[in-house]
Amino acid sequence: MTKKQINNILIWISAILLIVLIMTPGLWVVITAFRPQVDIMAKPAVWIPRNLSFNQFETMLFGGSEGSMGRSKVPVLSYLRNSLIISLVSTFIAVLIGTLGGYAFARHNFKGKNTYFFLVMLTRAIPGISLSLPIFILFSKIGIIDTHLGIIIVFVALNVPFTIWLTDGFFRQIPRAMSEVAMTDGCTRLQAFWHIELPLSKSGIASAGIFAFLISWNEFAIVSNLARSTDSKTLTVGLMDFTSQFTINWPGMCALAVFIIIPALILTFMVQKHLVSGLTFGGVKG
Amino acid sequence: MAKVTLEKVSKFYGNVEAVKKIDLEITDNEFLVLVGPSGCGKSSTLRMIAGLEEIDEGKIIIGEKTVNELEPRERNVSMVFQNYALYPHMTVEENLGFSLKIAGMQKNDIDKRVAEAAGILDIDEFLQRKPAQLSGGQRQRVAMGRAIVRRPDVFLFDEPLSNLDAKLRNQMRTEIKRLHQKVKTTIVYVTHDQVEAMTLADRIVIMKDGIIEQIGTPLELFETPATKFVATFIGSPSMNMISSTIKKDQEKYIMITEDGLNIPVPKSKQDVVKEGQKISFGFRAEDIVPLKFGNKPSQSWGHKSKVNLSEPLGTETLIFTNFGKIEIVSRMFTPELVRAGDELDFALNLERTYLFDDETGKAL
Repeated sequence: MTKKQINNILIWISAILLIVLIMTPGLWVVITAFRPQVDIMAKPAVWIPRNLSFNQFETMLFGGSEGSMGRSKVPVLSYLRNSLIISLVSTFIAVLIGTLGGYAFARHNFKGKNTYFFLVMLTRAIPGISLSLPIFILFSKIGIIDTHLGIIIVFVALNVPFTIWLTDGFFRQIPRAMSEVAMTDGCTRLQAFWHIELPLSKSGIASAGIFAFLISWNEFAIVSNLARSTDSKTLTVGLMDFTSQFTINWPGMCALAVFIIIPALILTFMVQKHLVSGLTFGGVKG
Repeated sequence: MAKVTLEKVSKFYGNVEAVKKIDLEITDNEFLVLVGPSGCGKSSTLRMIAGLEEIDEGKIIIGEKTVNELEPRERNVSMVFQNYALYPHMTVEENLGFSLKIAGMQKNDIDKRVAEAAGILDIDEFLQRKPAQLSGGQRQRVAMGRAIVRRPDVFLFDEPLSNLDAKLRNQMRTEIKRLHQKVKTTIVYVTHDQVEAMTLADRIVIMKDGIIEQIGTPLELFETPATKFVATFIGSPSMNMISSTIKKDQEKYIMITEDGLNIPVPKSKQDVVKEGQKISFGFRAEDIVPLKFGNKPSQSWGHKSKVNLSEPLGTETLIFTNFGKIEIVSRMFTPELVRAGDELDFALNLERTYLFDDETGKAL
């Protein structure tokens, strides 16, 4: 064997190890969702599932009647509705504001531009959770605790800086002459943006949108504080419903976790192409 | 079709005055070329006409209208950019028709105009392609087509040929000239290439450091340059330029070069120079020729010198030789072989020398 071949094999082995390391917890969640509590609690662990069932999903979605321990009905459909409304609306608003912001940073010169940009990016350095108490107090004062509106506001604030950063890089890639031609071609500034620059940066905007959606969809810490009831609880917070004082309903929780993962996975695969070009092409600034 | 007038137009970038109060009148259907080294303000001037840069001082009038406050789209001008700036997500056909679509024109009318422009520029076959599938020359044509379909009052070209290779550049240059003959419109064309300027222009405007050095037809600029800068900028190879001082010698003025060569001031210039004046005198390559291969001019000055290098180009031969310590170039149109190291007698045609005052840079 040549040195190169050995190298290749080593690279493959480490890649596989790494993938196993990353995938195992996810795989375990999936397996757990499909098997009975007995198997889950077994010691030593049962690695290869013996019998699989869809009971958990039935119970979750249709309120099945199986009455074993801790299997109280969790209002998954309400949570799904909340998750969808909050994620979609906040993503839409964040992308709208962020794209316009990114365009402004990329195309206009104004006083203190770099400072503004730095400040906007600095907000990303603050851990969201550290703000959750002040946000809670503020929101309770103005009465938007446990509402979609409150959570959407937080997510928009969370996602706008990243969207600005990503789309700014994208708009910079488009030659200025492009919009100038459009303007001598009879466009207003806004028409030039809409007909020319926006279509050219759709990969960047798509990836910004996916990131914003995934961040909103997966967020747990802040929502767990702000959402108090089925009115606004999202799927991730809903996972906590499977814990009771002494027991945890592992199969139920894992079933819901699988349920949460699926849309994110589908979305990611659907736009994978955009995502890669979005991050490598637009994100890198010249 | 319209004339364009610039009145005391200035442009500032911060504290830098890029264009300094220039006055310019471009007549209807004229092909005007703005030429100058980079940073001379030619592109800023063009962009002010287009409306892409604000006019900080002065007035620009297109046709009868002052356009200072008008948006680019309201000025009815078309611009062709150096990097083409074709819309990459549209086909050639959509690129050409875009401006008409924005203007709200009917689909049939758009198609008709696009077909017409495509015919003029010979790009019919590519209408369904995207810009990425076109070669440089084809892209250039599409960019011009996009400008034509609007039937603008004024065409603006911003160094449209600098991205092409030499051969294609010559070809497109001819096509632009032909285009101007077919589509009679006022054209303002910016370039840093004096050959492009000479071949294309009805009139050339030479700019330097934000001011206009000279305006004139190509031949006027070539024959009677107003300043030292214009003299060296126009013509290829560049005009030979020698610094010297005026001295009086037996009732006649002579020029003494920095290397101590004494050359008589041409008869026609005897009255305009004065003792001690610092000047540069210039002469074109074809006005200093080896005596062996040319005729001796009536008023000439002989100079014996060694050949440093010769470049036979077929129709002409360039000979590099020394004039004192300064290297100059001589051009002869006879196909004689000259070798480096040959010693030749050169004759400088004094009637064809240009004198420039070193203080003002102006021609004497």
